Amino acid sequence: MLRKRIVPCLDVRGGRLVKGVNFESLRDCGDPVDAAQRYAAEGADEIVWLNIAAGEESWSELLRAVERAAETVDVPLCVGGGVSATGHARELLLAGADKISVNTAPLDRPALISELAGHFGTQCVVVAIDAARRNGGWEAHASAGRRPTGRDAVDWAVEAAQRGAGELLVTSIDTDGTQGGYDLALLEAICDAVTVPVIASGGAGAPADLARALEAGASAALAASIFHDGIHDIAEVKREVAACGLPVRI
Amino acid sequence: MASAERLVLPGVGAAAPAMAALQRRGLDQALAASDAPLLGVCLGMQLLFQRSDEGGVECLGLLPGRVIAIDWARQVPHMGWNDVVGEGERAVCYFAHSYAIDCDDELVAATTPIDGRDVPTVVRSGRLGGVQFHPEKSAGDGRGMLERWLAA
Repeated sequence: MLRKRIVPCLDVRGGRLVKGVNFESLRDCGDPVDAAQRYAAEGADEIVWLNIAAGEESWSELLRAVERAAETVDVPLCVGGGVSATGHARELLLAGADKISVNTAPLDRPALISELAGHFGTQCVVVAIDAARRNGGWEAHASAGRRPTGRDAVDWAVEAAQRGAGELLVTSIDTDGTQGGYDLALLEAICDAVTVPVIASGGAGAPADLARALEAGASAALAASIFHDGIHDIAEVKREVAACGLPVRI
Repeated sequence: MASAERLVLPGVGAAAPAMAALQRRGLDQALAASDAPLLGVCLGMQLLFQRSDEGGVECLGLLPGRVIAIDWARQVPHMGWNDVVGEGERAVCYFAHSYAIDCDDELVAATTPIDGRDVPTVVRSGRLGGVQFHPEKSAGDGRGMLERWLAA
């Protein structure tokens, strides 16, 4: 039986692991490669690595960091940030990434999704959607949540899947960093609308939050702070998910 | 490649561009001509067969069978950790694929349940082996399988 996944997220800036609150203030949480190794050893099912300032940083340095992580981490690594062409994706894959996450670039140029899927297969293409509540629905935002696009987030999810996204990484801008739980209505709306797996993101504060996101239909639940701060570990989250009757790898 | 003791044809990619890349470098013929144990991983396993529905492309044809779309499942791609069950084999490994092998039972060493259908996920025939999951990304279970293949 396919297991639900628990996925720690590493936001990386200047070669350091950082954590933002509501897409803003950042604090330093150490070496991302160390963190990736530790989480893999603790039972993480996958690791998401986001280069959150890729536009301002040296691309070759970013590739080297991903390469360092991929050499020692024995679970899948999904890498995003700064990917706007198939060439970027190819370099990240050669550096050892297993999946590529794109966010702003396909909002500006949706054909990028089918180009990536054509070159690397749909299973390799993760479209990240940052969504904020608006008028009873959700609006997709670009540029790390700073730029509203006017696009309905659920419509965008459907289009992204049709164009070849193999997975959607859905982050609620409203709940991100609050540790008050995921936006379950957003997850339900998107999971009902697509047949590709959905990774829930934004708002995990306790193991029960991840379990609720998975019950809402998400295939994977992503969290950052609760793991970085050492308040809860991955095994504890998995016990909670299993206690809810959901299949999980222990 | 002629002097290699073992060969791995890795995954991540789509069938048509991958076959074109192998042919451009003459690697399709080199893989067929080699006597070394060859392990195909994910897409690499699929390419060992005759034909893939992903892009409708002729593959290496080293094993009889074809690659079909996972069109019966509620969710595609088949993404994440799932059981690998076969003779003497019981593991949980990481998968990321939208296509699957359709071949004779005699090649199949282990299968994985995908929405009610048992799909071949380990195949073996002489020097050729293939795994649909990613052993290199399947933590301890995957490491064990790779070690056994290297020792065999």
